[in-house]
Amino acid sequence: MTEVLPFTGGELAAIRGDFPILARTVRDGRQLVYLDSGATSHKPSAVLDAERAFYEQRNAAVHRGAHQLAEEATDDFESARATVASFIGAPSDEVVFTKNATEALNLVAYAFSNAGPTDDPKDERFVLGAGDEILVTEMEHHANLVPWQELARRTGATLRWVPVGEDGALDLDGLDDLLTERTKVFAFTHVSNVLGTVNPVGELAQRARAVGALVVVDACQSVPHLPVDVATLGADFIAFSGHKMYGPMGVGVLWGRGELLDVMPPFLTGGSMIELVTMERSTYAPAPQKFEAGVPNAAQAVGLAAAVRWIEAIGVDRVHAHEAALVDLLQRGLAERPWVRVVGPAVGTPRGGAVAFVVDGVHAHDVGQVLDDAGVAVRVGHHCAWPLHRALGATATTRASFAVHNTVADVETLLAALDRVPEIFGIDVDDTDPDAELETRHDARALRGEHSGQPDESERAAS
Amino acid sequence: MDLYQELILEHSKRPHHAGLREPFDAEVHHINPTCGDEVTLRVDVSGTGPDAVVTDVSYQAQGCSISVASSSVLAEEVIGRPVGEALETFEAMRAMLTSKGAVKGDEELIGDGVAFAGVSKYPARVKCALLGWTAFTDALARAGVDISTTSSASPQGVSP
Repeated sequence: MTEVLPFTGGELAAIRGDFPILARTVRDGRQLVYLDSGATSHKPSAVLDAERAFYEQRNAAVHRGAHQLAEEATDDFESARATVASFIGAPSDEVVFTKNATEALNLVAYAFSNAGPTDDPKDERFVLGAGDEILVTEMEHHANLVPWQELARRTGATLRWVPVGEDGALDLDGLDDLLTERTKVFAFTHVSNVLGTVNPVGELAQRARAVGALVVVDACQSVPHLPVDVATLGADFIAFSGHKMYGPMGVGVLWGRGELLDVMPPFLTGGSMIELVTMERSTYAPAPQKFEAGVPNAAQAVGLAAAVRWIEAIGVDRVHAHEAALVDLLQRGLAERPWVRVVGPAVGTPRGGAVAFVVDGVHAHDVGQVLDDAGVAVRVGHHCAWPLHRALGATATTRASFAVHNTVADVETLLAALDRVPEIFGIDVDDTDPDAELETRHDARALRGEHSGQPDESERAAS
Repeated sequence: MDLYQELILEHSKRPHHAGLREPFDAEVHHINPTCGDEVTLRVDVSGTGPDAVVTDVSYQAQGCSISVASSSVLAEEVIGRPVGEALETFEAMRAMLTSKGAVKGDEELIGDGVAFAGVSKYPARVKCALLGWTAFTDALARAGVDISTTSSASPQGVSP
């Protein structure tokens, strides 16, 4: 497989050399094999250096003060915005820095219930009430589900969802019934953080637009791994996190179409986001400042811009090709092990950098522990996608997720460690029934009253 | 790896006293929200005050080997024992599990629970090993048993 990787050995060694943490060992001297970048990625030295340089040389509260440090810090912050905006093909003033992607999604969800009764003019696109509907999907991360559940609760609107099919793709057969004139917003993930499924954003956005719904896309698992251009993507808003794309923790991004950001009510209010303040009322600064109350996370934004430059120097298309080759290698390796069931699209289907699987008869926590013992860091659990796991008929899965620094050896180490699982937990590798899990999955479907996408109180209560 | 002692694997494959039985005084459902592990646990208590005895503990556990085995050992250790002794066993288990490897565990007090000594070196797994035990103390409290002598019925991170 090595020959299909787009990097030479030397290039990959240089990439790895940029990550100080890859030099450390874990669990009694084993080399760290980090396959949990879907949770958070490691940070190259360029990012750490940029953040440190900001604090060492220019530290000041941005957009305030007339001293030289304040000027330079503001320049850095705004230049970071320009770098990030250019990376996704957006004008600078359409990029809002947030604490993380979760806050970015909440910012939009709250905008739909923050219009006041006396607001004039009020943009009807951001007014939600009984009779209106919010559409999400069954494969969402809790960050793109719970804020919409809460919005429905606050406004009396109804939450509906697109089910996930057996193949790990959205089941779009019933979309015409789910996406209607009543739908005000359709929120879905670009790439599933569990299944790796790449959703057809363009098609879904087009259908949403046809009924007048706004489109919110969770791009956390796409922006670090695939070329994303908001000019052609079709979404009205996208949210992504800095720390999953080699940037610092504590910074996320919301991109929104300029004309929407202009009319969208603010979420957090206070300093920086105002135009004029009297004791009675305030007017707001134009976007993006309107959505950045308080002293912003300038050092983290500067770190994120360094991460973007670092990715751009490699080329995000090469990052994608490299990760896709490793994902394919892992999927093929897992397919050779009949006691392992990979969830999500079949081998060969284009997918993101996450591969989640179930070892029949062994809980994911236990699988992860055996891998950890070999120095292999993966994520175990429901990966903040509990309803999806219910639909898959799995309590928990083991997820390997890739970054540009991963290698063929990383995949081989994971597979070798995985082969200890049957031995430790007494699983007969010749006596596994690949249909057993499938039946469980069908049972789970039946228990859930089938996937009509209709709101079900018991399911909502359990999510 | 010293985490998966044979005793733990045996208990997890064939959990003792498993299943939900009648009669019972209280039933609780505890979840580990980080991994989705769940236990439904019932207690039946006879007598009151210092004479109270744990007549039965029945449970349905869904989760990793550590959490299932822990519920199995729990049932094994506390059924038929005075409530006071059962709570002492819980305290001893928790002291060992939260000791980061410093406390080996007293077999006289916790029986097969000593097999979980290795868990204390893996902070992420302590919750798994305590899931059944915290459900048990919660169920006792709901059954009207005074559990105030235990330092806390709900260690950090384990939510009902």
